[in-house]
Amino acid sequence: MTVDGQHGGPTGAGAAPHKKEVPPWRLLATLGTAGAMAGFLIVFVFVATEPAITEHKAEVLRLAIQEVLKGPAGFDTLYVHDGTLQGQLPPGMDAEQVEQIYVGYAEDGSKIGFAIASAEPGFQDIIRLIFGYDSNTGTVLGMKVLESKETPGLGDKIEKDSSFVGQFDGASIPLIGVNARRRTGDEHEIDMITGVTISSRAVVRIINNSLERLGPLIEAYNGGGSQ
Amino acid sequence: MRATTPRQDFVRGIWQENPVLVQMLGLCPALAVTNTVANSLAMGLATFFVLTGSSLLVSTFKRFIPHEVRISTYILIIATFVTIADMSLEAIVPDVHKALGAFIALIVVNCMILGRQEAFSSKRPVRRSLLDAFGTGIGFIIAMLMMGTVREVLGNGSFLGMSLFGPNYEPWVVFVLPPGGFFTIGFILLGLNWVERRKKHKPMVREWPEGVASEKAA
Repeated sequence: MTVDGQHGGPTGAGAAPHKKEVPPWRLLATLGTAGAMAGFLIVFVFVATEPAITEHKAEVLRLAIQEVLKGPAGFDTLYVHDGTLQGQLPPGMDAEQVEQIYVGYAEDGSKIGFAIASAEPGFQDIIRLIFGYDSNTGTVLGMKVLESKETPGLGDKIEKDSSFVGQFDGASIPLIGVNARRRTGDEHEIDMITGVTISSRAVVRIINNSLERLGPLIEAYNGGGSQ
Repeated sequence: MRATTPRQDFVRGIWQENPVLVQMLGLCPALAVTNTVANSLAMGLATFFVLTGSSLLVSTFKRFIPHEVRISTYILIIATFVTIADMSLEAIVPDVHKALGAFIALIVVNCMILGRQEAFSSKRPVRRSLLDAFGTGIGFIIAMLMMGTVREVLGNGSFLGMSLFGPNYEPWVVFVLPPGGFFTIGFILLGLNWVERRKKHKPMVREWPEGVASEKAA
C-alpha cells in the first residue's frame, strides 16, 4: 500500500481548534441531542434483549430447581405471605415482590421436598443460592449457587468444586461446617474448603438461616395442606 | 502532525503501539479480568466492539461536536456502546456476562478508548478511524490473551478450561488472584522491553500516539 497523502493528510487535524466562542446553547444542544440519541439507542437495545434475559433467568432458576430436587416430575410455586405458605396470592399483590419457594412432586404426586432460594453476604458480595430440602427426613437434597462474586480461583470453588457441592446431598440439618481433618463422619458435617473458609461457611450459614426462618412455615404447610 | 498510511493506522496499534503493552492504557481490565483465557477473550471482544463503535460515531459527527464539550460527548457515546454491549452479552452469552461482572460497565473508563477518540477519531476521516480502532482493538485482545494464557495455565493448570497437566498439578493459585496480574504484566513488559532493546542495540525511542504531542504543543 502506498502513502495515501490525499486522504491521510492533516485534514482538519492541523487546523486550529475553534478560536471563536461557541454560544452556550450550542453546547447544550450538542449534549442534549447526543443524550437523547443515546437514550433511544439504549431503550431500543433494552427492549430487544430483555425477553432473552428474563427467559434465561427463569430457565436458570427452573434448571436449578430440577437439580436441587433431584429431578421432580413437576413443581409448584408457593408464596410466603402472612407467615404461611400459600399456593396463591390474594389478588392485587405483585408476585415479584413476594418471597417464593418451590415444592417438587414425584411421579405419583407425593412431595419430594422444597426448593428454597436465599441470599446472604459471602466474602466479596451477596451469595445467592438455592437448595432442596426434604422436610420428612430433615435433610438437604442438593445445593446450587445461583449468583456469587467470590474470588475467582478460590471463593468460586463453592460453586465449581464438585466435592464440596456434593456434600450437601443428604446432609442433615442443621449443617455444621468443619475442617476436613476434624470431621467425625457425622451427617450434619460439611467440610470447609481450605482457603475458602469464609465463603464455605457462608453457604452453610445461608442454608441454616433460611431453614430456621422457613422451617416452621414448611411444617405448618405439610401439616395442613397435604391431607 | 506526521501523516500516516492507512496500513500504518491499522498495524501500529497491534504491536508497535500496543495499547496495553506499550502505551500502558487499559491496565485495569488487563489486570482484573485476565484470570482465565475465556474471560480475557470476552473482555477483549467487548472492548473491541465499544472502541470500534465509538470511533465510528465520533469520527462521523466530529464536525458537530464543539471543542468545549467534546470529552463529555465522547464519554456519552462510549457509555452508550458499553451499555449495549452489557445488555447484549447478558442476552447472548449469560455465563460470560456473569463471569465478567462489573468490569463490563467499567469499559467506560478505559483510557484506551477515550484516548483513541481524542487523539485520532476526532481528527480523521471515518475510514482511517475505523482502521485505527480495529488495530488498537486487536492489539488489546492480543495483550489480554497473553495475560489470560499465562495466568490460567500457571494458576489453574488449564487452557480455556481444558486441564493441561492432569490432576497432580498443584495450581499456582496466586496467578489467578490480583497479585498474579501484577506479576504477569510485570514479567511480560520486562521480557518485551528486553527483546526490544536487544533488537535495536540502542535506547528505545518511543513514539507517542498521534495527537498527544500536538495537544501538548497547543
